[in-house]
Amino acid sequence: MIDLYSRRRHRNSLVMGLSIGATLLGLGWLALILGALIYESFRGLSLDVFTQMTPPPGASGGGLLNPIVGSLMMSALGVVIGTPIGILAGTYMAEYGRFSPVTGVVRFINDILLSAPSIIIGLFIYEIVVAPMGHFSGLAGALSLAVLVVPIVVRTTEDMLNLVPKELREASSALGTPQARMIWNICYRAARAGILTGVLLAVARISGETAPLLFTALNNQFFSTNLNAPMSSLPTVIFQFALSPYADWQRLAWIGAMIITFAVLAFSIIARALAASRKQS
Amino acid sequence: MVDFALPAAAASRQDWVTRAKMLGRLQLSDKAFFHITRSAAWFVLILLGAIIVSLVIGAWPALSKFGFSFLVSQSWNPVTENFGALAPIYGTVVTSLIAMAIAVPIGLLITLFLTEICPLWLRNPIGIAIELLAGIPSIIYGIWGLFVFAPFLQRTLQPFLIDVFGPIPVLNTLFAGPPYGIGVLTSALILAIMVLPFITSISRNVFEAVPPVLKEAAYGLGFTTWEVVRYVVLPYARVGVIGGVMLGLGRALGETMAVTFVIGNAHKVSSSLLAPGTTISATIANEFTEAVGDVYTSALIALGLLLFVITFIVLAAARYMLLRIERRAG
Repeated sequence: MIDLYSRRRHRNSLVMGLSIGATLLGLGWLALILGALIYESFRGLSLDVFTQMTPPPGASGGGLLNPIVGSLMMSALGVVIGTPIGILAGTYMAEYGRFSPVTGVVRFINDILLSAPSIIIGLFIYEIVVAPMGHFSGLAGALSLAVLVVPIVVRTTEDMLNLVPKELREASSALGTPQARMIWNICYRAARAGILTGVLLAVARISGETAPLLFTALNNQFFSTNLNAPMSSLPTVIFQFALSPYADWQRLAWIGAMIITFAVLAFSIIARALAASRKQS
Repeated sequence: MVDFALPAAAASRQDWVTRAKMLGRLQLSDKAFFHITRSAAWFVLILLGAIIVSLVIGAWPALSKFGFSFLVSQSWNPVTENFGALAPIYGTVVTSLIAMAIAVPIGLLITLFLTEICPLWLRNPIGIAIELLAGIPSIIYGIWGLFVFAPFLQRTLQPFLIDVFGPIPVLNTLFAGPPYGIGVLTSALILAIMVLPFITSISRNVFEAVPPVLKEAAYGLGFTTWEVVRYVVLPYARVGVIGGVMLGLGRALGETMAVTFVIGNAHKVSSSLLAPGTTISATIANEFTEAVGDVYTSALIALGLLLFVITFIVLAAARYMLLRIERRAG
């Protein structure tokens, strides 16, 4: 009897110990990655990174100005194209078609698009934009990022509009407000913080995306703001530089990696803080 | 919809006309907004359709040339234009399965810690930290894996595995060859870290949805914490956990950049886990821009189609299971 008890207790403490160990492992891993990033990149960090172009192979010095600008432009354009589509689709699902079968199907498909491999999106945009145009372009890169933005925004918009109390809608309808006006002036306003959270999450997601840019925007060694030409971006430059044999390029790859990571983490933390503040109020 | 009451007072005819005009305009904008939102919703469906159609069209030259042998052939020769997908398929499946075998138990243990043992005030900070692992872009895992993790494995884990399993007949083929650092095992380990947060965050939601009464009853009967989790929480949360695991698997199968850095891009099926290999997504990422000729490009798109079909099935299954959980909860 005592034997059985102690065996159960031992097994319990064994599993508890393992679970604490697993948690420490997960946290440790995060610390290891962030630590390596900071350690490797602070050695070479200087103002040049933000003011100089990417250097040619083997040359020392240089910076990441053109990929930073390219990344900013394509991400911004991707968000500008993707967000309205996402918000409108989410609006339909939550406001007009909440109980229609179409909504169920769209939600299911959207969830799949949400976790579909991003390299597939790159292939898709290559097929429908790059191949017909005959050349790689920043526009194609932005479009592939927009395709990634849409499902994230659809998902959060629908969720957030569903949280808007129906009493608000009833009150506004009772005053004779047309439905479209009610959605604009009541529902969007009530769900504003939540929708913004979704957009921020989308920004965080696309600013680190590499795979869809590889064969849409390609890369550009020179400074270019022409959306109709190949465009440089931080992730693709990291990819190219990290796999190169040149120490200077590898150093820049680490710095680029740090910039992206901290931008992405900052966006997701702001998004979280926004979501948390909404919950409390 | 828009409706208006007749004004009781005798309004002038002029008033009536402007009022009707205004209402007409409102009705129009109402209709327009409805149709715009509906077409945006349809756009999502059309997007998926367009992706499938464009991939099929792009893959057709290769698929019609190689037929079924595309799936079972190991050759990948751009010069003779002879392509088979066996090596990438094998690499994708093996790396993902090893990653899941490592990530599922660790993820569940972390969930157990977060839902049962962890002091309340620490739950959210730790939960968020684990989820930040999912926020780190995959290219960061790639560069870290290449410069930090792979050399580390080359010095420590891989020689150890070779030494330990060397004399054992079957297992020594799994861990044969020199320790390259990069390779199938390294990729699988990095994938494991990457899918960990997905498994943890979903199973945490499901674990927390277990009615407290059930757990309290079990504790009342004298269950230990582990027994409560094993016999009450896990059976109740099973479908949701499987859904979360499938979602993680979908991620692992399609993961591109992290794997591209550390797998070595070798088009062969080798029995050793320490050898370099390739996956579908790594092959596409490495070779697509350099592909010369229609058949080569088309073969790579066919690989993409294959990946899409596999992940679609896995993700659809995952969503279906999570949907069942939501219905039961709601």
